[in-house]
Amino acid sequence: MHRQIRLLLRLIQWLPVLRFGRPFTSLDNSSRAQFLAGLQNSRVDRLRVGFWGLRTLVMLGYYGRPAAAAKIGYNPHRSGWEATR
Amino acid sequence: MNEVAYDIVIIGSGAGGGTVAQELAPLCSDGVRIALLEKGPRLRDSDFTGREVEMAQILYEDGGGFLTADGSMTLAMGRGYGGSTIVYTGTSIAAPQRVIERWNVPGLGFDEVNRRTQKFVQQNNVHLLGEDRINENNQLFVKGCRRLGYRVEQFPVNVKGCLGSSLCNLGCPNQAKQGTHRVQLPNAERGGVEVITRCKVLRLEGQTVIARVDGRAAGGVGDPSAWAPGEYRIQAKVVVVCGGAVNSPALLLRSRLPSALPRLGHGFTCHPALILVGEHNRPITNFVGHPKSYYLDQFVESDGFILETCMYFPFTTAKSMSGFGDGHAAFMQAFPKLQMILVLACDHVEPDNRVTVDRHGLAVVHYRFSPEVKRALAQGVITAARIFFAAGARRAHVPAAANPTVPSEYADSLDQIVDESYFRPGSVTVSAAHLQGGCGMGMTAADSVTDSHGHVHGVPWLFVADASLFPDSVEINPYLTIMALADRVAQYIRQEARSLLNSGVAHA
Repeated sequence: MHRQIRLLLRLIQWLPVLRFGRPFTSLDNSSRAQFLAGLQNSRVDRLRVGFWGLRTLVMLGYYGRPAAAAKIGYNPHRSGWEATR
Repeated sequence: MNEVAYDIVIIGSGAGGGTVAQELAPLCSDGVRIALLEKGPRLRDSDFTGREVEMAQILYEDGGGFLTADGSMTLAMGRGYGGSTIVYTGTSIAAPQRVIERWNVPGLGFDEVNRRTQKFVQQNNVHLLGEDRINENNQLFVKGCRRLGYRVEQFPVNVKGCLGSSLCNLGCPNQAKQGTHRVQLPNAERGGVEVITRCKVLRLEGQTVIARVDGRAAGGVGDPSAWAPGEYRIQAKVVVVCGGAVNSPALLLRSRLPSALPRLGHGFTCHPALILVGEHNRPITNFVGHPKSYYLDQFVESDGFILETCMYFPFTTAKSMSGFGDGHAAFMQAFPKLQMILVLACDHVEPDNRVTVDRHGLAVVHYRFSPEVKRALAQGVITAARIFFAAGARRAHVPAAANPTVPSEYADSLDQIVDESYFRPGSVTVSAAHLQGGCGMGMTAADSVTDSHGHVHGVPWLFVADASLFPDSVEINPYLTIMALADRVAQYIRQEARSLLNSGVAHA
Protein backbone atom coordinates (compact mmCIF):
# COMPACT_ATOMS: atom_id res chain seq x y z
CA MET A 1 0.00 0.00 0.00
CA HIS A 2 2.78 2.45 0.93
CA ARG A 3 4.51 1.71 -2.38
CA GLN A 4 1.29 2.42 -4.32
CA ILE A 5 0.83 5.73 -2.53
CA ARG A 6 4.43 6.75 -3.27
CA LEU A 7 3.95 5.84 -6.94
CA LEU A 8 0.75 7.85 -7.18
CA LEU A 9 2.38 10.88 -5.56
CA ARG A 10 5.22 10.66 -8.09
CA LEU A 11 2.70 10.49 -10.93
CA ILE A 12 0.88 13.53 -9.57
CA GLN A 13 4.17 15.41 -9.37
CA TRP A 14 5.40 14.60 -12.87
CA LEU A 15 2.33 13.96 -15.08
CA PRO A 16 1.58 17.73 -15.29
CA VAL A 17 4.85 18.16 -17.21
CA LEU A 18 3.09 16.57 -20.22
CA ARG A 19 0.28 19.12 -20.12
CA PHE A 20 1.64 22.23 -18.40
CA GLY A 21 5.37 21.83 -18.95
CA ARG A 22 6.01 21.98 -15.22
CA PRO A 23 5.73 19.58 -12.26
CA PHE A 24 2.73 19.80 -9.93
CA THR A 25 4.49 21.72 -7.17
CA SER A 26 5.45 24.47 -9.64
CA LEU A 27 1.86 25.04 -10.81
CA ASP A 28 -0.43 27.82 -9.58
CA ASN A 29 -3.55 26.84 -7.61
CA SER A 30 -5.88 27.00 -10.59
CA SER A 31 -3.73 24.65 -12.70
CA ARG A 32 -3.31 22.29 -9.73
CA ALA A 33 -7.10 22.10 -9.28
CA GLN A 34 -7.57 21.58 -13.03
CA PHE A 35 -5.04 18.74 -13.05
CA LEU A 36 -6.55 17.04 -9.96
CA ALA A 37 -10.06 17.32 -11.41
CA GLY A 38 -8.71 15.54 -14.49
CA LEU A 39 -7.48 12.68 -12.30
CA GLN A 40 -10.82 12.53 -10.48
CA ASN A 41 -12.68 12.16 -13.78
CA SER A 42 -10.04 10.07 -15.57
CA ARG A 43 -11.21 7.34 -17.93
CA VAL A 44 -8.55 5.08 -16.41
CA ASP A 45 -10.11 3.20 -13.48
CA ARG A 46 -6.86 2.80 -11.58
CA LEU A 47 -6.05 6.50 -11.74
CA ARG A 48 -9.53 7.46 -10.58
CA VAL A 49 -9.50 4.92 -7.74
CA GLY A 50 -5.97 5.93 -6.77
CA PHE A 51 -6.96 9.57 -6.62
CA TRP A 52 -10.05 8.67 -4.57
CA GLY A 53 -7.84 6.82 -2.08
CA LEU A 54 -5.38 9.70 -1.81
CA ARG A 55 -8.19 12.21 -1.39
CA THR A 56 -9.66 10.03 1.38
CA LEU A 57 -6.31 10.01 3.19
CA VAL A 58 -6.12 13.80 2.94
CA MET A 59 -9.66 14.14 4.33
CA LEU A 60 -8.72 11.75 7.14
CA GLY A 61 -5.59 13.74 7.93
CA TYR A 62 -7.53 17.00 8.12
CA TYR A 63 -11.11 16.30 9.25
CA GLY A 64 -10.09 13.34 11.42
CA ARG A 65 -8.52 15.79 13.90
CA PRO A 66 -10.75 16.88 16.82
CA ALA A 67 -9.48 20.47 16.28
CA ALA A 68 -10.75 20.51 12.68
CA ALA A 69 -14.10 19.09 13.80
CA ALA A 70 -14.46 21.84 16.39
CA LYS A 71 -13.48 24.48 13.84
CA ILE A 72 -16.41 23.60 11.57
CA GLY A 73 -18.78 23.73 14.53
CA TYR A 74 -19.11 20.01 15.20
CA ASN A 75 -19.27 19.71 18.99
CA PRO A 76 -21.19 16.59 20.05
CA HIS A 77 -21.51 15.84 23.74
CA ARG A 78 -22.01 12.46 25.36
CA SER A 79 -24.86 13.95 27.43
CA GLY A 80 -26.70 14.81 24.22
CA TRP A 81 -29.88 16.85 24.83
CA GLU A 82 -28.93 17.65 28.43
CA ALA A 83 -25.76 19.40 27.28
CA THR A 84 -27.83 21.78 25.12
CA ARG A 85 -29.93 23.03 28.05
CA MET B 1 0.75 -24.17 20.74
CA ASN B 2 -1.86 -24.17 23.52
CA GLU B 3 -4.44 -26.98 23.46
CA VAL B 4 -7.96 -26.61 24.84
CA ALA B 5 -11.23 -28.48 24.31
CA TYR B 6 -14.88 -27.44 24.33
CA ASP B 7 -18.14 -29.06 23.32
CA ILE B 8 -19.34 -26.05 21.32
CA VAL B 9 -17.27 -23.18 19.91
CA ILE B 10 -19.06 -20.07 18.63
CA ILE B 11 -17.03 -17.72 16.42
CA GLY B 12 -18.13 -14.08 16.56
CA SER B 13 -20.23 -12.12 19.06
CA GLY B 14 -22.49 -9.88 16.94
CA ALA B 15 -26.21 -10.27 16.28
CA GLY B 16 -25.69 -13.92 15.25
CA GLY B 17 -23.02 -15.09 17.71
CA GLY B 18 -24.48 -13.21 20.67
CA THR B 19 -27.90 -14.76 20.05
CA VAL B 20 -26.53 -18.27 19.62
CA ALA B 21 -24.51 -17.90 22.83
CA GLN B 22 -27.55 -16.80 24.82
CA GLU B 23 -29.78 -19.52 23.42
CA LEU B 24 -27.23 -22.32 23.95
CA ALA B 25 -26.25 -21.17 27.46
CA PRO B 26 -28.88 -23.38 29.17
CA LEU B 27 -26.85 -26.38 27.96
CA CYS B 28 -24.03 -25.30 30.30
CA SER B 29 -26.06 -26.36 33.32
CA ASP B 30 -25.95 -29.91 31.87
CA GLY B 31 -22.16 -29.76 31.80
CA VAL B 32 -21.77 -28.70 28.18
CA ARG B 33 -18.70 -26.47 27.76
CA ILE B 34 -19.23 -23.54 25.39
CA ALA B 35 -16.65 -20.96 24.30
CA LEU B 36 -17.32 -17.85 22.21
CA LEU B 37 -14.29 -16.44 20.37
CA GLU B 38 -14.36 -12.74 19.43
CA LYS B 39 -11.63 -11.05 17.41
CA GLY B 40 -12.04 -7.59 18.90
CA PRO B 41 -11.69 -6.29 22.44
CA ARG B 42 -14.24 -5.91 25.22
CA LEU B 43 -14.40 -2.18 25.89
CA ARG B 44 -15.05 -0.62 29.26
CA ASP B 45 -17.82 1.98 29.46
CA SER B 46 -15.26 4.78 29.74
CA ASP B 47 -13.49 3.64 26.55
CA PHE B 48 -16.34 4.99 24.34
CA THR B 49 -14.96 8.48 23.73
CA GLY B 50 -17.03 9.36 20.65
CA ARG B 51 -13.86 10.49 18.83
CA GLU B 52 -14.30 9.49 15.21
CA VAL B 53 -10.95 8.16 14.08
CA GLU B 54 -10.01 6.70 17.45
CA MET B 55 -13.24 4.70 17.83
CA ALA B 56 -13.27 3.63 14.17
CA GLN B 57 -9.78 2.15 14.58
CA ILE B 58 -10.95 0.11 17.56
CA LEU B 59 -14.46 -0.92 16.53
CA TYR B 60 -14.32 -1.41 12.75
CA GLU B 61 -12.47 -3.89 10.60
CA ASP B 62 -9.57 -2.02 8.92
CA GLY B 63 -10.64 1.09 10.80
CA GLY B 64 -13.77 1.25 8.62
CA GLY B 65 -11.72 1.34 5.42
CA PHE B 66 -12.20 -2.21 4.12
CA LEU B 67 -12.43 -1.85 0.32
CA THR B 68 -13.95 -4.09 -2.32
CA ALA B 69 -11.48 -5.57 -4.83
CA ASP B 70 -11.91 -2.84 -7.45
CA GLY B 71 -12.02 -0.04 -4.88
CA SER B 72 -15.61 0.85 -5.72
CA MET B 73 -17.01 0.62 -2.20
CA THR B 74 -16.06 0.69 1.49
CA LEU B 75 -17.54 -2.02 3.72
CA ALA B 76 -18.25 -1.36 7.41
CA MET B 77 -17.79 -4.37 9.69
CA GLY B 78 -17.93 -3.99 13.45
CA ARG B 79 -15.57 -5.82 15.76
CA GLY B 80 -15.37 -6.17 19.52
CA TYR B 81 -17.55 -7.69 22.26
CA GLY B 82 -20.94 -7.26 20.52
CA GLY B 83 -19.65 -7.13 16.92
CA SER B 84 -21.56 -4.77 14.65
CA THR B 85 -24.31 -4.36 17.25
CA ILE B 86 -21.92 -2.03 19.09
CA VAL B 87 -21.86 0.40 16.17
CA TYR B 88 -25.25 0.28 14.47
CA THR B 89 -27.91 2.87 15.26
CA GLY B 90 -30.24 0.34 16.83
CA THR B 91 -32.92 0.64 14.14
CA SER B 92 -35.06 -2.46 14.44
CA ILE B 93 -37.27 -3.58 11.56
CA ALA B 94 -38.80 -7.00 10.90
CA ALA B 95 -38.16 -8.61 7.52
CA PRO B 96 -41.09 -8.06 5.13
CA GLN B 97 -43.19 -11.08 4.16
CA ARG B 98 -42.36 -10.56 0.46
CA VAL B 99 -38.64 -10.97 1.22
CA ILE B 100 -38.95 -14.23 3.16
CA GLU B 101 -41.25 -15.59 0.47
CA ARG B 102 -38.82 -14.54 -2.28
CA TRP B 103 -35.98 -16.27 -0.42
CA ASN B 104 -37.98 -19.47 -0.86
CA VAL B 105 -35.90 -21.50 1.61
CA PRO B 106 -37.56 -24.89 2.19
CA GLY B 107 -38.73 -25.09 5.80
CA LEU B 108 -38.36 -21.37 6.54
CA GLY B 109 -41.68 -19.51 6.65
CA PHE B 110 -42.52 -15.88 7.27
CA ASP B 111 -44.66 -16.59 10.34
CA GLU B 112 -41.78 -18.33 12.08
CA VAL B 113 -39.22 -15.65 11.21
CA ASN B 114 -41.65 -12.99 12.41
CA ARG B 115 -42.41 -14.82 15.66
CA ARG B 116 -38.71 -15.13 16.45
CA THR B 117 -38.16 -11.49 15.47
CA GLN B 118 -40.82 -10.35 17.94
CA LYS B 119 -38.99 -12.21 20.69
CA PHE B 120 -35.98 -9.93 20.18
CA VAL B 121 -38.17 -6.84 19.75
CA GLN B 122 -39.28 -7.51 23.34
CA GLN B 123 -35.88 -8.54 24.63
CA ASN B 124 -34.06 -5.49 23.19
CA ASN B 125 -36.59 -2.86 24.32
CA VAL B 126 -37.49 -1.88 20.76
CA HIS B 127 -39.84 1.11 20.71
CA LEU B 128 -40.53 4.45 19.03
CA LEU B 129 -38.82 7.50 20.47
CA GLY B 130 -41.10 10.28 21.72
CA GLU B 131 -41.54 13.40 19.60
CA ASP B 132 -39.56 15.47 22.09
CA ARG B 133 -36.47 13.30 21.33
CA ILE B 134 -36.54 13.92 17.55
CA ASN B 135 -34.00 16.47 16.31
CA GLU B 136 -34.41 18.90 13.40
CA ASN B 137 -32.32 16.79 11.05
CA ASN B 138 -35.04 14.15 11.35
CA GLN B 139 -37.96 16.58 11.53
CA LEU B 140 -36.88 18.19 8.25
CA PHE B 141 -36.85 14.80 6.56
CA VAL B 142 -40.45 14.25 7.69
CA LYS B 143 -41.41 17.76 6.59
CA GLY B 144 -39.86 17.30 3.14
CA CYS B 145 -41.43 13.87 2.63
CA ARG B 146 -44.90 15.03 3.68
CA ARG B 147 -44.76 18.07 1.41
CA LEU B 148 -43.98 15.74 -1.47
CA GLY B 149 -46.72 13.31 -0.46
CA TYR B 150 -44.29 10.53 0.49
CA ARG B 151 -45.20 7.92 3.11
CA VAL B 152 -42.52 8.43 5.76
CA GLU B 153 -42.17 5.97 8.65
CA GLN B 154 -40.54 6.18 12.07
CA PHE B 155 -37.83 3.70 12.95
CA PRO B 156 -38.35 1.61 16.07
CA VAL B 157 -35.04 1.64 17.97
CA ASN B 158 -33.60 -0.62 20.66
CA VAL B 159 -32.41 1.94 23.18
CA LYS B 160 -32.84 2.25 26.92
CA GLY B 161 -32.06 5.61 28.49
CA CYS B 162 -30.88 7.24 25.25
CA LEU B 163 -29.47 10.71 25.99
CA GLY B 164 -29.19 11.67 22.33
CA SER B 165 -25.40 11.82 22.03
CA SER B 166 -25.79 11.10 18.26
CA LEU B 167 -22.67 8.93 18.48
CA CYS B 168 -24.34 5.53 17.87
CA ASN B 169 -22.01 4.59 15.00
CA LEU B 170 -18.98 5.07 17.25
CA GLY B 171 -20.45 2.97 20.06
CA CYS B 172 -22.93 4.54 22.49
CA PRO B 173 -20.99 6.40 25.20
CA ASN B 174 -24.01 6.01 27.52
CA GLN B 175 -24.56 2.26 27.00
CA ALA B 176 -28.14 2.98 25.90
CA LYS B 177 -28.16 0.84 22.78
CA GLN B 178 -29.33 -2.70 23.48
CA GLY B 179 -26.88 -4.60 21.30
CA THR B 180 -25.65 -8.09 22.12
CA HIS B 181 -22.93 -6.50 24.28
CA ARG B 182 -25.68 -5.21 26.60
CA VAL B 183 -28.25 -8.02 26.45
CA GLN B 184 -27.46 -11.42 24.93
CA LEU B 185 -23.75 -11.75 25.75
CA PRO B 186 -24.11 -10.88 29.45
CA ASN B 187 -27.04 -13.37 29.59
CA ALA B 188 -24.84 -16.01 27.97
CA GLU B 189 -21.97 -15.38 30.37
CA ARG B 190 -24.29 -15.59 33.37
CA GLY B 191 -25.43 -18.94 31.97
CA GLY B 192 -21.88 -20.28 31.79
CA VAL B 193 -20.64 -19.46 28.27
CA GLU B 194 -16.97 -18.40 28.28
CA VAL B 195 -16.24 -15.37 26.09
CA ILE B 196 -12.67 -14.98 24.87
CA THR B 197 -11.99 -11.60 23.27
CA ARG B 198 -8.98 -10.54 21.16
CA CYS B 199 -9.11 -14.09 19.77
CA LYS B 200 -8.82 -14.25 15.99
CA VAL B 201 -9.78 -17.52 14.34
CA LEU B 202 -7.24 -18.31 11.64
CA ARG B 203 -8.80 -21.46 10.16
CA LEU B 204 -10.59 -24.70 10.90
CA GLU B 205 -8.65 -27.93 10.60
CA GLY B 206 -11.57 -30.32 10.72
CA GLN B 207 -13.09 -29.94 14.19
CA THR B 208 -10.03 -28.12 15.47
CA VAL B 209 -10.24 -24.35 15.56
CA ILE B 210 -6.86 -22.68 15.08
CA ALA B 211 -6.86 -19.27 16.73
CA ARG B 212 -4.50 -16.58 17.95
CA VAL B 213 -5.02 -14.43 21.03
CA ASP B 214 -3.44 -10.97 20.92
CA GLY B 215 -2.32 -9.13 24.00
CA ARG B 216 -3.45 -5.62 24.74
CA ALA B 217 -0.99 -3.13 23.29
CA ALA B 218 0.68 -0.72 25.69
CA GLY B 219 -1.72 2.18 26.18
CA GLY B 220 -4.46 0.20 24.43
CA VAL B 221 -8.07 0.27 25.56
CA GLY B 222 -10.42 -2.44 26.76
CA ASP B 223 -10.03 -5.49 28.94
CA PRO B 224 -7.29 -8.01 28.27
CA SER B 225 -8.39 -11.36 26.88
CA ALA B 226 -9.38 -14.13 29.27
CA TRP B 227 -6.60 -16.19 27.66
CA ALA B 228 -2.89 -15.47 27.53
CA PRO B 229 -1.53 -14.24 24.18
CA GLY B 230 -0.46 -16.98 21.80
CA GLU B 231 -1.73 -19.57 19.35
CA TYR B 232 -4.40 -22.06 20.33
CA ARG B 233 -5.73 -25.36 18.99
CA ILE B 234 -9.31 -25.59 20.21
CA GLN B 235 -10.97 -28.98 19.86
CA ALA B 236 -14.73 -28.74 19.35
CA LYS B 237 -17.60 -31.14 18.81
CA VAL B 238 -19.74 -28.43 17.26
CA VAL B 239 -18.59 -25.19 15.61
CA VAL B 240 -20.99 -22.30 14.95
CA VAL B 241 -19.54 -19.66 12.62
CA CYS B 242 -20.97 -16.16 13.18
CA GLY B 243 -18.30 -13.87 11.72
CA GLY B 244 -20.60 -11.99 9.32
CA ALA B 245 -21.08 -12.00 5.56
CA VAL B 246 -17.41 -11.41 4.74
CA ASN B 247 -15.52 -13.17 7.49
CA SER B 248 -17.69 -16.31 7.73
CA PRO B 249 -17.32 -17.37 4.08
CA ALA B 250 -13.66 -16.30 4.13
CA LEU B 251 -12.97 -18.48 7.19
CA LEU B 252 -14.63 -21.50 5.59
CA LEU B 253 -12.83 -20.88 2.28
CA ARG B 254 -9.42 -20.99 3.95
CA SER B 255 -10.26 -24.01 6.08
CA ARG B 256 -9.97 -27.69 5.38
CA LEU B 257 -13.55 -28.96 5.19
CA PRO B 258 -14.64 -32.48 4.32
CA SER B 259 -17.26 -31.30 1.86
CA ALA B 260 -17.19 -29.48 -1.48
CA LEU B 261 -19.23 -26.28 -1.21
CA PRO B 262 -19.41 -24.70 -4.66
CA ARG B 263 -21.73 -21.87 -3.48
CA LEU B 264 -19.43 -20.78 -0.64
CA GLY B 265 -18.79 -17.02 -0.95
CA HIS B 266 -21.47 -16.54 -3.61
CA GLY B 267 -24.65 -14.51 -3.20
CA PHE B 268 -23.07 -11.48 -1.51
CA THR B 269 -25.32 -8.41 -1.26
CA CYS B 270 -24.82 -5.29 0.86
CA HIS B 271 -27.30 -2.41 0.24
CA PRO B 272 -24.74 -0.01 -1.34
CA ALA B 273 -25.29 3.40 0.22
CA LEU B 274 -24.58 7.08 -0.38
CA ILE B 275 -24.52 9.85 2.21
CA LEU B 276 -26.13 13.05 0.94
CA VAL B 277 -26.12 16.47 2.56
CA GLY B 278 -28.40 19.48 2.17
CA GLU B 279 -27.54 22.89 3.59
CA HIS B 280 -30.13 25.06 5.32
CA ASN B 281 -29.97 28.80 5.96
CA ARG B 282 -29.69 28.38 9.73
CA PRO B 283 -28.10 25.98 12.17
CA ILE B 284 -30.31 22.98 12.97
CA THR B 285 -30.04 20.36 15.71
CA ASN B 286 -28.18 17.61 13.89
CA PHE B 287 -25.38 16.28 16.10
CA VAL B 288 -27.63 16.03 19.14
CA GLY B 289 -30.43 13.47 19.32
CA HIS B 290 -30.79 9.99 17.85
CA PRO B 291 -29.40 10.21 14.30
CA LYS B 292 -31.69 7.78 12.49
CA SER B 293 -35.35 8.18 13.40
CA TYR B 294 -37.20 8.01 10.05
CA TYR B 295 -37.14 6.17 6.76
CA LEU B 296 -38.93 6.08 3.42
CA ASP B 297 -39.38 2.66 1.83
CA GLN B 298 -42.28 3.23 -0.57
CA PHE B 299 -39.91 3.06 -3.55
CA VAL B 300 -38.36 -0.33 -2.74
CA GLU B 301 -40.57 -2.35 -5.06
CA SER B 302 -40.74 0.19 -7.91
CA ASP B 303 -37.24 1.72 -7.89
CA GLY B 304 -35.15 -0.44 -5.54
CA PHE B 305 -34.07 2.18 -2.98
CA ILE B 306 -34.70 3.19 0.63
CA LEU B 307 -33.99 6.58 2.18
CA GLU B 308 -33.06 6.93 5.85
CA THR B 309 -32.16 9.88 8.00
CA CYS B 310 -28.58 9.84 9.22
CA MET B 311 -25.91 12.01 10.81
CA TYR B 312 -22.26 11.23 10.31
CA PHE B 313 -19.03 12.66 11.61
CA PRO B 314 -16.70 15.16 9.95
CA PHE B 315 -14.24 12.76 8.28
CA THR B 316 -16.98 10.37 7.11
CA THR B 317 -18.98 13.30 5.75
CA ALA B 318 -15.97 14.86 4.02
CA LYS B 319 -15.04 11.53 2.43
CA SER B 320 -18.61 10.95 1.26
CA MET B 321 -18.88 14.20 -0.65
CA SER B 322 -17.40 14.38 -4.14
CA GLY B 323 -14.76 16.85 -5.20
CA PHE B 324 -12.29 18.95 -3.24
CA GLY B 325 -11.30 22.57 -2.76
CA ASP B 326 -13.61 25.52 -2.12
CA GLY B 327 -16.91 23.87 -3.08
CA HIS B 328 -16.24 20.92 -0.79
CA ALA B 329 -14.95 23.09 2.05
CA ALA B 330 -18.01 25.36 1.89
CA PHE B 331 -20.31 22.45 2.75
CA MET B 332 -18.00 21.26 5.54
CA GLN B 333 -17.84 24.73 7.07
CA ALA B 334 -21.64 24.77 7.16
CA PHE B 335 -21.69 21.58 9.28
CA PRO B 336 -24.21 22.82 11.90
CA LYS B 337 -26.62 23.71 9.05
CA LEU B 338 -26.42 20.30 7.34
CA GLN B 339 -29.29 17.87 6.95
CA MET B 340 -28.26 14.34 5.96
CA ILE B 341 -30.01 11.50 4.15
CA LEU B 342 -28.70 8.00 3.46
CA VAL B 343 -29.66 6.42 0.12
CA LEU B 344 -29.57 2.61 0.13
CA ALA B 345 -29.95 0.45 -2.96
CA CYS B 346 -31.68 -2.90 -2.47
CA ASP B 347 -29.25 -4.96 -4.49
CA HIS B 348 -29.84 -8.57 -5.41
CA VAL B 349 -27.64 -11.61 -5.92
CA GLU B 350 -25.38 -11.30 -8.99
CA PRO B 351 -23.09 -14.09 -10.25
CA ASP B 352 -19.88 -12.01 -9.95
CA ASN B 353 -20.54 -10.41 -6.56
CA ARG B 354 -18.91 -12.71 -4.06
CA VAL B 355 -16.35 -13.28 -1.32
CA THR B 356 -13.08 -15.08 -2.03
CA VAL B 357 -9.74 -15.30 -0.23
CA ASP B 358 -6.31 -14.29 -1.50
CA ARG B 359 -3.18 -16.42 -1.26
CA HIS B 360 -2.72 -15.32 2.35
CA GLY B 361 -6.27 -16.41 3.20
CA LEU B 362 -7.49 -12.81 3.58
CA ALA B 363 -11.03 -11.95 2.54
CA VAL B 364 -11.51 -10.31 -0.86
CA VAL B 365 -14.94 -8.97 -1.80
CA HIS B 366 -15.70 -8.73 -5.50
CA TYR B 367 -18.54 -6.34 -6.18
CA ARG B 368 -19.71 -4.47 -9.26
CA PHE B 369 -22.70 -2.18 -9.40
CA SER B 370 -25.36 -3.77 -11.58
CA PRO B 371 -27.37 -1.51 -13.93
CA GLU B 372 -30.31 -1.90 -11.51
CA VAL B 373 -28.20 -0.72 -8.55
CA LYS B 374 -26.89 2.29 -10.49
CA ARG B 375 -30.43 3.22 -11.45
CA ALA B 376 -31.66 2.75 -7.87
CA LEU B 377 -28.86 4.94 -6.48
CA ALA B 378 -29.54 7.65 -9.07
CA GLN B 379 -33.28 7.64 -8.36
CA GLY B 380 -32.55 7.66 -4.63
CA VAL B 381 -30.25 10.67 -5.01
CA ILE B 382 -32.89 12.57 -6.99
CA THR B 383 -35.59 11.79 -4.42
CA ALA B 384 -33.33 12.72 -1.48
CA ALA B 385 -32.43 16.05 -3.11
CA ARG B 386 -36.13 16.78 -3.66
CA ILE B 387 -36.74 16.11 0.03
CA PHE B 388 -33.91 18.51 1.02
CA PHE B 389 -35.43 21.27 -1.11
CA ALA B 390 -39.01 20.56 0.00
CA ALA B 391 -37.73 20.90 3.58
CA GLY B 392 -36.25 24.32 2.79
CA ALA B 393 -32.58 23.58 2.06
CA ARG B 394 -30.81 26.30 0.07
CA ARG B 395 -28.58 23.83 -1.73
CA ALA B 396 -27.70 20.15 -1.81
CA HIS B 397 -24.56 18.17 -2.49
CA VAL B 398 -25.39 15.73 -5.29
CA PRO B 399 -22.39 13.42 -5.73
CA ALA B 400 -23.38 11.83 -9.05
CA ALA B 401 -23.27 15.02 -11.10
CA ALA B 402 -20.77 17.06 -13.11
CA ASN B 403 -21.10 19.85 -10.54
CA PRO B 404 -22.15 18.37 -7.20
CA THR B 405 -23.31 21.66 -5.66
CA VAL B 406 -26.95 22.08 -6.68
CA PRO B 407 -28.84 25.23 -5.54
CA SER B 408 -32.55 24.97 -4.69
CA GLU B 409 -33.49 26.80 -7.92
CA TYR B 410 -32.60 23.61 -9.75
CA ALA B 411 -35.01 21.44 -7.75
CA ASP B 412 -37.10 20.77 -10.86
CA SER B 413 -34.09 19.83 -13.00
CA LEU B 414 -32.64 17.06 -10.85
CA ASP B 415 -33.48 14.40 -13.44
CA GLN B 416 -31.14 16.14 -15.88
CA ILE B 417 -28.41 16.83 -13.28
CA VAL B 418 -27.98 13.38 -11.74
CA ASP B 419 -26.01 11.08 -14.01
CA GLU B 420 -25.79 7.37 -13.15
CA SER B 421 -22.58 6.96 -15.16
CA TYR B 422 -20.79 8.44 -12.12
CA PHE B 423 -21.43 5.20 -10.22
CA ARG B 424 -18.09 3.76 -11.27
CA PRO B 425 -15.03 2.99 -9.14
CA GLY B 426 -13.37 6.11 -7.76
CA SER B 427 -15.98 8.68 -8.82
CA VAL B 428 -18.49 8.57 -5.99
CA THR B 429 -17.94 7.40 -2.42
CA VAL B 430 -20.24 4.44 -1.87
CA SER B 431 -20.20 2.48 1.36
CA ALA B 432 -22.17 -0.45 2.75
CA ALA B 433 -22.92 -1.69 6.25
CA HIS B 434 -25.65 -4.29 5.61
CA LEU B 435 -23.42 -7.13 4.45
CA GLN B 436 -25.36 -10.28 3.61
CA GLY B 437 -24.95 -13.68 1.95
CA GLY B 438 -21.91 -15.83 1.20
CA CYS B 439 -23.14 -18.89 3.14
CA GLY B 440 -26.71 -18.83 1.86
CA MET B 441 -29.42 -21.21 3.03
CA GLY B 442 -31.11 -23.58 0.62
CA MET B 443 -31.77 -27.18 -0.23
CA THR B 444 -28.53 -28.81 -1.40
CA ALA B 445 -24.85 -27.97 -1.91
CA ALA B 446 -25.64 -27.20 -5.54
CA ASP B 447 -27.77 -24.18 -4.63
CA SER B 448 -26.56 -23.17 -1.16
CA VAL B 449 -24.04 -23.62 1.65
CA THR B 450 -26.39 -24.57 4.51
CA ASP B 451 -29.88 -25.89 5.07
CA SER B 452 -32.58 -23.80 6.73
CA HIS B 453 -31.08 -24.56 10.18
CA GLY B 454 -27.70 -23.13 9.21
CA HIS B 455 -26.31 -26.68 9.07
CA VAL B 456 -23.48 -26.74 6.49
CA HIS B 457 -24.19 -29.32 3.78
CA GLY B 458 -22.11 -32.44 4.28
CA VAL B 459 -20.39 -31.28 7.50
CA PRO B 460 -22.42 -32.57 10.47
CA TRP B 461 -20.52 -30.60 13.14
CA LEU B 462 -20.53 -27.20 11.39
CA PHE B 463 -23.19 -24.46 11.53
CA VAL B 464 -23.47 -20.86 10.35
CA ALA B 465 -25.61 -18.29 12.17
CA ASP B 466 -25.26 -14.74 10.86
CA ALA B 467 -26.18 -12.50 7.91
CA SER B 468 -24.18 -14.71 5.58
CA LEU B 469 -27.16 -17.12 5.69
CA PHE B 470 -29.37 -14.69 3.75
CA PRO B 471 -30.01 -16.14 0.27
CA ASP B 472 -30.64 -12.60 -1.03
CA SER B 473 -30.91 -9.04 0.24
CA VAL B 474 -33.35 -8.58 3.14
CA GLU B 475 -34.17 -5.03 1.90
CA ILE B 476 -34.25 -3.59 5.44
CA ASN B 477 -31.78 -3.05 8.30
CA PRO B 478 -30.85 -6.67 8.92
CA TYR B 479 -30.01 -7.25 12.58
CA LEU B 480 -33.38 -8.47 13.87
CA THR B 481 -33.59 -10.98 11.01
CA ILE B 482 -30.07 -12.18 11.84
CA MET B 483 -31.17 -12.74 15.44
CA ALA B 484 -34.31 -14.58 14.32
CA LEU B 485 -32.28 -16.94 12.12
CA ALA B 486 -29.60 -17.42 14.81
CA ASP B 487 -32.37 -18.26 17.27
CA ARG B 488 -33.58 -20.93 14.85
CA VAL B 489 -30.07 -22.36 14.42
CA ALA B 490 -29.55 -22.45 18.20
CA GLN B 491 -32.88 -24.15 18.80
CA TYR B 492 -31.94 -26.87 16.32
CA ILE B 493 -28.56 -27.40 18.01
CA ARG B 494 -30.27 -27.59 21.42
CA GLN B 495 -32.79 -30.13 20.12
CA GLU B 496 -30.09 -32.23 18.50
CA ALA B 497 -27.51 -31.71 21.24
CA ARG B 498 -27.51 -35.30 22.36
CA SER B 499 -26.60 -36.67 18.94
CA LEU B 500 -24.38 -33.76 17.92
CA LEU B 501 -22.32 -33.81 21.11
CA ASN B 502 -22.16 -37.59 21.49
CA SER B 503 -21.22 -38.26 17.89
CA GLY B 504 -18.59 -35.54 17.97
CA VAL B 505 -14.97 -36.45 18.55
CA ALA B 506 -14.43 -36.81 22.29
CA HIS B 507 -11.54 -34.86 23.77
CA ALA B 508 -10.05 -34.60 27.16
